[in-house]
Amino acid sequence: MTQAAIELHNVNKWFDTFHVLKDINLSIQPGEKVVICGPSGSGKSTVVRCINRLEEHQKGTIRVDGVELNDDPQSVAAIRSEVGMVFQQFNLFPHLTVLENLTLGPIKARGLSKDEARAKAMHYLERVHIPEQADKRPAQLSGGQQQRVAIARSLCMEPKVLLFDEPTSALDPEMISEVLDVMVELAQEGMTMVVVTHEMGFARKVADQMVFMDAGEIVEQGSPEAFFGAPRSPRCQKFLSQILQH
Amino acid sequence: MKKYLIIFAPLVLLAGCSSSSTWGWYVINPMTPSGWINVKFLISGMWATILISVIAAVISIGLGLIVALPGLAASRGWRVLNRVYVELIRSIPLLPMLFWVFYGLPIIFREMGVNIPIDPFWGAIITLAISDSAFTAEIYRAGIQSIAKGQTEAAQTIGLNYIQTMRYVILPQAIRRILPPLANQFIYIVKMSAFASVIGMQELTRRANELVVTEYRPLEIYSLLILEYLVLVLIISAGVRWLERRMGSDERS
Repeated sequence: MTQAAIELHNVNKWFDTFHVLKDINLSIQPGEKVVICGPSGSGKSTVVRCINRLEEHQKGTIRVDGVELNDDPQSVAAIRSEVGMVFQQFNLFPHLTVLENLTLGPIKARGLSKDEARAKAMHYLERVHIPEQADKRPAQLSGGQQQRVAIARSLCMEPKVLLFDEPTSALDPEMISEVLDVMVELAQEGMTMVVVTHEMGFARKVADQMVFMDAGEIVEQGSPEAFFGAPRSPRCQKFLSQILQH
Repeated sequence: MKKYLIIFAPLVLLAGCSSSSTWGWYVINPMTPSGWINVKFLISGMWATILISVIAAVISIGLGLIVALPGLAASRGWRVLNRVYVELIRSIPLLPMLFWVFYGLPIIFREMGVNIPIDPFWGAIITLAISDSAFTAEIYRAGIQSIAKGQTEAAQTIGLNYIQTMRYVILPQAIRRILPPLANQFIYIVKMSAFASVIGMQELTRRANELVVTEYRPLEIYSLLILEYLVLVLIISAGVRWLERRMGSDERS
């Protein structure tokens, strides 16, 4: 077996006395697409936020590309440079243009020249199909366009893994598909992806591994066929019947 | 413009009483040679007041940021450091702090074996800057905290370190909210700079005090003094409002 891109081993986390993550074990191979779903408050966002240290776990180990996450700022920096993240609220920088949003990281964190960063930014803007918006401010774009800019911003750092934390939950329905289309393209190009989402159509299409979480635990885990075809646990059955009935 | 006239009206009325023998507006009547000399003497304190205020404000704006940042840190130790500084400094009245800096600090320097004289000019600036920094620090803290946490997280995930995150992402957004209250603090500094008179700084208030001693016309001279501060503060206020309008129209999100 090749080295896992991401490896979580018995990860536990508490917010004060609230036990948000209970013995999470998850292994993600390079190129694999993992979709995490579950009711709100189940800890699914917290799992992805722990992978790039936006949250600290208190017990267990997290390894990204073999590097263990701990308090050492060097290990955090090393892991963050490999792991991109797309947020529910986009979190674009409102005072910068689209192009500046994309070039900030490459220039300041990677030391690229302005021209190199700009070329890279335009390349990724084309990949998310909005090169013509380069000089606009985020507030002048629709939600779907903003989220695609946010994806391009992550890609500019050329991460090995891309984390998505409910990337379409803040979008109007007619904009969801343009974001999902970009994500499907990325998946087809071989990007390693961990996606927290309720978009089960997307999950069926791209997921190699489905994870269902409830109350801080991984309740069910497996291939999409098994997951959608014959969920074993009653909690997962109930959840799926609720979100698939419409 | 009308509202400014209303502000000045009481002073005009006072001046109007000059025909009565109990008033002595002649001491500051610029039409007479001696009055003109007195007015020039009073107004020439303006430069010291402006210089002290501007330098103190610049130091306070820098110092305030340095004090504010530990207050936003995740670690408790840093936050305690910030709280101790802010609570201590803002609880010291300006006048005792001025005495402490002007008369006390040189003794500490002497004990440490360094010879740093503190003249009234720098004594006033140091006191005003430190005293004000506790307030500017709180303004920074509120301004930075008002920027959504997602901005910091996004900056971290594209590899920016703490200083880069502040410099390129947080402060450019926070500055729009911070500038108007910071400018207000500047008005506070201008007014508090009057205390510099008690350690012998030749600024507006000191000049007025000295002239009162020789002319013995406190009402007239202090009225002009108030007018001088009023003009200064009105100019700054107009600047602040201009700034607010500019910032407001610049808000894009």
